[in-house]
Amino acid sequence: MKNKILLISLILFICFCLVVLFKGLNNSNVYIPETTNKIIKEFKSRSLFSDDEISSEKILVNSDYYILNIWASWCGPCRKEHPKLMELSKNPSVKIIGINYRDNLKNAKNFVKKFGNPYSVIFVDTNGIISIELGAYGVPETIIVNKDKKIIKKFIGYLDDKSFKELNSILK
Amino acid sequence: MKILKLFIIIIILITNFTKGNSNESKDNLVNKISKNIRCLICQGQSIYDSQSDFSISMRLVIKKKLEEGLTEKEIYDFLKDKYGQWITYEPEFNKKTFILWIMPILLFIIGGAILFNRLFVKKY
Repeated sequence: MKNKILLISLILFICFCLVVLFKGLNNSNVYIPETTNKIIKEFKSRSLFSDDEISSEKILVNSDYYILNIWASWCGPCRKEHPKLMELSKNPSVKIIGINYRDNLKNAKNFVKKFGNPYSVIFVDTNGIISIELGAYGVPETIIVNKDKKIIKKFIGYLDDKSFKELNSILK
Repeated sequence: MKILKLFIIIIILITNFTKGNSNESKDNLVNKISKNIRCLICQGQSIYDSQSDFSISMRLVIKKKLEEGLTEKEIYDFLKDKYGQWITYEPEFNKKTFILWIMPILLFIIGGAILFNRLFVKKY
């Protein structure tokens, strides 16, 4: 009798472990915390094309939506998504703000000259502090912010067709 | 006059010494926190071990936050708020992680009870 109870509890325990592990298999292995509805805190830095220090508070005004795009000239996927940003820049209700992440400024300027400038302003983030404080993982990364400076959506990695469609549906 | 000069030199030396010490302790604290923060884009490395751009920037953020006067706990909270619980190597005790914390204790107690039963109770 005692052995039977032991055996049944052992089987139940193994079943429980298997269910937990099996459930875990269905979860995504990319862990992205909930970032929406968080308010963008003020950040300051110099602009790529001028030496003046600018504040995000003065930039995040007079628009329905803001797209914060973290990019670098050395990042391949940034080149891939650049035409999509150029297309988005035609939308008058959106302001695209660039954050140039740990880049050589000369290369960054050449990048924008070569592929076009979709950005209203480009913040220079030489040491990556601004990007980390925005919760970025790397480049490229795109954060959609509404007029109340609340994060609506975050795209980690480059904007592929699927995410571009999603982004457009948010902006409509 | 000589005594005054000597006094000034001593004051300067003491100030520099304490300044150096505080910088050293700040660096130690940055290292301590960095060892407990996961590099999210590397595999199995803390930001202390990793030389990726992400980790270097993260260490600078920790240093900046310490200079702004944030405590160790406040820095962990700030990073958890930005990147989630996963960022730290030591998980919090909550409804999602309680099994992780309780299981070793439970297994230890059950194992101990079985051992006790086998060694002492059955003998007598």
